[in-house]
Amino acid sequence: MLGLNNRDTRFFLIVIALTLFTPFLLQPFPEGSAMAQFNAGYPDLMQRFAIYGIFAIGFNILLGLTGYLSFGHAAFLGVGSYSAVWMFKLLSLNVIPGIILAVIVSGIFALIIGYISLRRSGIYFSILTLAFAQMSFNLAYSVLTPITNGETGLQIRLNDPRILDGEGASQYTNLFGLDMSSSFKLAMGDYVFTFNAGYYFCAIIAIAAFYLSLRIFRSPFGLMLRAVKSNQHRMNYTGLNTRPYTLAAFVISGMYAGLAGGLLAAMDPLAGAERMQWTASGEVVLMTILGGTGTLMGPILGAGFIKYFENIFSKINDNILHAWFSALPDGLEGFLVTIIHPFVGKGWHLTLGLVFMLVVIFLPGGLVEGGQRIKTMFSRKKNSDAASDVKPAE
Amino acid sequence: MGILEVKGVNKRFGGLQALGDVNLSVAENSLHAIIGPNGAGKSTLLNCLVGKLIPDTGSVMFDGQSVLGRKPHEINQMGISRVFQTPEIFGDLTVLENVIIPCFAKRDGSFRMHAFESVANEAELVQKAQQILSDVNMTDKLDMHAAALSRGDKRRLEMAMCLVQEPRLLLLDEPTAGMARADTNNTIDLLREIKEKRDITMVIIEHDMHVVFSLAERITVLAQGTPLVEGTPENIKGHPKVREAYLGETQD
Repeated sequence: MLGLNNRDTRFFLIVIALTLFTPFLLQPFPEGSAMAQFNAGYPDLMQRFAIYGIFAIGFNILLGLTGYLSFGHAAFLGVGSYSAVWMFKLLSLNVIPGIILAVIVSGIFALIIGYISLRRSGIYFSILTLAFAQMSFNLAYSVLTPITNGETGLQIRLNDPRILDGEGASQYTNLFGLDMSSSFKLAMGDYVFTFNAGYYFCAIIAIAAFYLSLRIFRSPFGLMLRAVKSNQHRMNYTGLNTRPYTLAAFVISGMYAGLAGGLLAAMDPLAGAERMQWTASGEVVLMTILGGTGTLMGPILGAGFIKYFENIFSKINDNILHAWFSALPDGLEGFLVTIIHPFVGKGWHLTLGLVFMLVVIFLPGGLVEGGQRIKTMFSRKKNSDAASDVKPAE
Repeated sequence: MGILEVKGVNKRFGGLQALGDVNLSVAENSLHAIIGPNGAGKSTLLNCLVGKLIPDTGSVMFDGQSVLGRKPHEINQMGISRVFQTPEIFGDLTVLENVIIPCFAKRDGSFRMHAFESVANEAELVQKAQQILSDVNMTDKLDMHAAALSRGDKRRLEMAMCLVQEPRLLLLDEPTAGMARADTNNTIDLLREIKEKRDITMVIIEHDMHVVFSLAERITVLAQGTPLVEGTPENIKGHPKVREAYLGETQD
């Protein structure tokens, strides 16, 4: 199907199913129960899963295939957001033109930055991209205030021209009249599932982005990119010019980042400079490595994992902890709360850091490798005499 | 006029004259060996042929076209392939993928944006790659990671990667360096077979006299960056100048 072999088709269909059923999957606990804290099926977070999934899928095309570690991809995310918001201001609150422009502008940006940065490889490449991203951040923050609205961030206003929108057009970002924020709630007993237009819009684009990455992984172009990672010297002496290959990978991943930035703006029409800061660039590196560099599924898992931590663990405060352990004797309750306190709420970074360290040390292939190990463990138990079939990470 | 013509090539590294006025003519479809003691400039000369180094003066013509100033990938596209002293292969990829990559380079040139095709659909190229791998007796290792191969197999893989491009000139930099005797003899047989089956010119740099005298049709002896003598293996074998270069001044 769609130019994929049977195995990939099955894989792709599973990804589609998981994406479309996310509102169910992320809502495993009934409303009002103690575990409802851990439900993640609300629109804002689901949109983030899809959007940062796209960002990480694109980043993985560069890092996972060519091995070039960019520390400046947030710049493209930010450029995408600014472009989209400008389209919302000037043309229409329909998200389509904004997202198209976000992809184009970030592609051009990536072409320029990539052309210069790719003259070097290894740590020097990383430093160059970091420098460009910080330059972009500072430009957006101060020098280019007329375009970016400086530290306040670019927002839409009622008196924006919006020349394509008619009299009664929606005042919110929309897709041909369908507001991105509109949701449909389905109550089933104690469970409440939210189906949000914005999430499904992002999800469909994420599926397309995933499909594109799957095709690239299986293409001769993808093979060349893996060859770049493996041995550039041999590539040159095999008659292949590595520069255009790496540049193409850089631009593609930059466009993915721009798409993610455009979608962020489409869900919430504002763009701030902090989106371009180096911490944001580092975050996508973490996502990709945590999930599994060079694997198809890894970046999406990593993005989901980090966004989940950011949104769920950071919400757990001392009151919630006390409520959890209230059944225990007072002394023990206080002790447990004191122990757990630094790891939740504002300390969620600490937990994430520990998880990241554990993954890098014990599962260099990321969460995907963890999943595969569990799978082989079970298949070994099932038929212990059959030779185990360990496949390289997908 | 040979397929490869090197004229008056000089190369200095600071105060060191690595190559001094090297002239070399390699006839088409011949196997030409370049020998010489350590530091004679053999590798420097080879690097000048493939675009890794640019000579200070002189000219290097391949099939009537100058290779000077061209990048390594451009020179490869002209029809010159190179086997390295330590095998240069794509260690993270499978053996079959290693050979498919040069097939694409040969067919599609130095860059093509084929992101929407599938490697699995290129039956013709895959078959070609499998054929060449069976020629070098590696059919049973197609799906192995290249990094996991033994050194001898890596060498054979690299040779297959070069041969699949059907180069007109194959440059070999000490293809038997560090090999056991049995492997060396296998390599000699392999090279001889390649020579018989294909229209190919080979330039081989080698330390091992056994290899050189089993294979070469012409030999150039390089010493201190200058060609000392050139001739057939018989001429070279007993040549006093060669003995001198290798063993130092003769006493009598």
